[in-house]
Amino acid sequence: MALDLSTNKYADVSYEEKERLFAEVKADARWNHVMYGCYECGICVAACPSARFYDFSPRVIAQAAAREDVDLVYTLMNDSVWDCSQCFSCDRCPRQNSPGQIITIMREVAVKNGLKTAKQALEGYGRIIYKIMSTGTQVSPDMLQPNAFPDWGGHVKEISDNLEVWRKALPPETLHTTETGWQITDKTIVELYLIWHMTGVMKLIEGVDEGLFMILVDVMEERLADAGYDDVSFD
Amino acid sequence: MIHLPVVKAVDRKFEANPDEAPTEDIRDAVLQLEKEGEWIVPRVPEPFMEEKTKFGRIKKIPVEKTWHHKSCGQCGHIPGYSTSIFWLNRAFGLDYHDPTDQTSCTAWNYYASATSNPEAQAAVAMRNFAAAYEVGYFPIIHCGTSFGHYKEVRHALVHQPELRRKVKKIMERLGKPMVMPEEIIHYSEWVLAMRKRIAERQLIDMSMITATVHPACHYHKLIEEDAIYDSEIYGAQRSAIITSTLQALGIKVGDYSTWFDCCGFGFRHILVSRDFSRSFSVQRKIEVMIEEVNPDITVTHDTGCVTTLDQSQFAGKAHGRKVGLPVLADSQVAALAMGAHPYKVLQLHWHNTDNTRFLEKIGIDHEKMWAEFQVEAEKIKRGEMPYLTWEDAEKNNLFNKIK
Repeated sequence: MALDLSTNKYADVSYEEKERLFAEVKADARWNHVMYGCYECGICVAACPSARFYDFSPRVIAQAAAREDVDLVYTLMNDSVWDCSQCFSCDRCPRQNSPGQIITIMREVAVKNGLKTAKQALEGYGRIIYKIMSTGTQVSPDMLQPNAFPDWGGHVKEISDNLEVWRKALPPETLHTTETGWQITDKTIVELYLIWHMTGVMKLIEGVDEGLFMILVDVMEERLADAGYDDVSFD
Repeated sequence: MIHLPVVKAVDRKFEANPDEAPTEDIRDAVLQLEKEGEWIVPRVPEPFMEEKTKFGRIKKIPVEKTWHHKSCGQCGHIPGYSTSIFWLNRAFGLDYHDPTDQTSCTAWNYYASATSNPEAQAAVAMRNFAAAYEVGYFPIIHCGTSFGHYKEVRHALVHQPELRRKVKKIMERLGKPMVMPEEIIHYSEWVLAMRKRIAERQLIDMSMITATVHPACHYHKLIEEDAIYDSEIYGAQRSAIITSTLQALGIKVGDYSTWFDCCGFGFRHILVSRDFSRSFSVQRKIEVMIEEVNPDITVTHDTGCVTTLDQSQFAGKAHGRKVGLPVLADSQVAALAMGAHPYKVLQLHWHNTDNTRFLEKIGIDHEKMWAEFQVEAEKIKRGEMPYLTWEDAEKNNLFNKIK
């Protein structure tokens, strides 16, 4: 679908609100290391995998950001940034920009501010966030279910059917797990939860998925309390 | 008349000069911050190996005393990948540590969903580095994204004192020291640096094999100057990673026009927008490799790349595309060359695209070896043995049979 770069689509959002969000992007400590201006040479586009399949252009994003086009930045923050593959092939810029990093920051601001488009982009992604935040490993063997990966063929069902045995048939002792990628100590998980607590990332999750946030808080607070951290609360 | 020196193309040789590098050597800043008491910098344990990076700087690579920072995607979905890395260490009798005090770098989620922030990302990295330091081992990173991301974290921590201050506070709460290793090492650099020793122990002739190579974006594009380059490989115009290893094993490496392209993984795409991953992987990578090189295998060195290139071929086949190219990690190829069992060690049954023709070409009776694996699996199923141990896995190695 063609990307609507006219500013009509978000005309109902005030310029001040768009400006506020862009100011948040520019206030990020990384901004001055990833945005230096834009020649519009298109080298980033030539290297970009997403540009081949979507109506997506890292050049348009860098250019809009460089000339501080507040309306266009807002449109892109909603309708474009989630197409990026985050491969950083665009780190070829003759002006040393990193369009991929600009997008990382824009995504973070979109999530932090609970933009509807960020919520839509992350629909169906909640189980992954749950897994990484609660267990410390992003994907686990028990995620290999045929209904989750129908386009990977019958081989997924074969793994799923044999999962318990095939995991035990792995020589490294740490890999006999099914719910996590490897065996992780309780102490390690508690330390991870303390990191989430001290860096405020749970607030980001609350902004895009309140239900998931509540489930995670229950899991984390109980485990932290068991470890003696009764005073830690995510509220 | 002005006489300008003319260098003919044939006489030109690319020699990287570290004195002319366009970027800072971040390791100098890391050591300076150690002097200022900001963190502890564990040195690469001796004896170490040396390889050159993009701008001709020397990177130290440990032989042993390595702390294996595992990959969630490898361990979760393609576990023969990490198993092969450990098997290689065991085959050489090296001292290594497979930790349980390790979390994922969490960067896959960060690049996919942005539901994190730089403080959290840096704290996760520093917690893992501290865990390695506490047990006296040196981190070696299995995942390409973790490797690239940790380099980004190192860069941010060096240049942002405020970020350092915040992370220091977190580490104090966890009761852990601030630790930044002297080098950040990807496991494939270890495999590359060990290539001659691996080749000396090679039991399976692979000279009839042609491969293509896919380098991981987060290995050679994120903080590009820290990737391994070699003037003998692609004239040092591309990273030598994987290619050097395969050539040392006698494998012919074929070039193809989309070498630089990513695999199509996309972080969020592989999980929730797989139409993109499937299409890119098949059309821009697998089909191009087959049309231009027609290789027996394609070899890569990262979690997402093996997953995407391998799994996407099923849908490609359904659509009548030119697919059917086995995908392996360099650690698996190296272990196989040294005689590791294709199912007990390489765990090839977790891969999707048929790899039996490749095994047949190098003379491996895969049906017999699969039957051997099945015997052990049945014992586990019947409760006659709790797990497949390293000793079980090693007793039927090709190595033992050839001996």
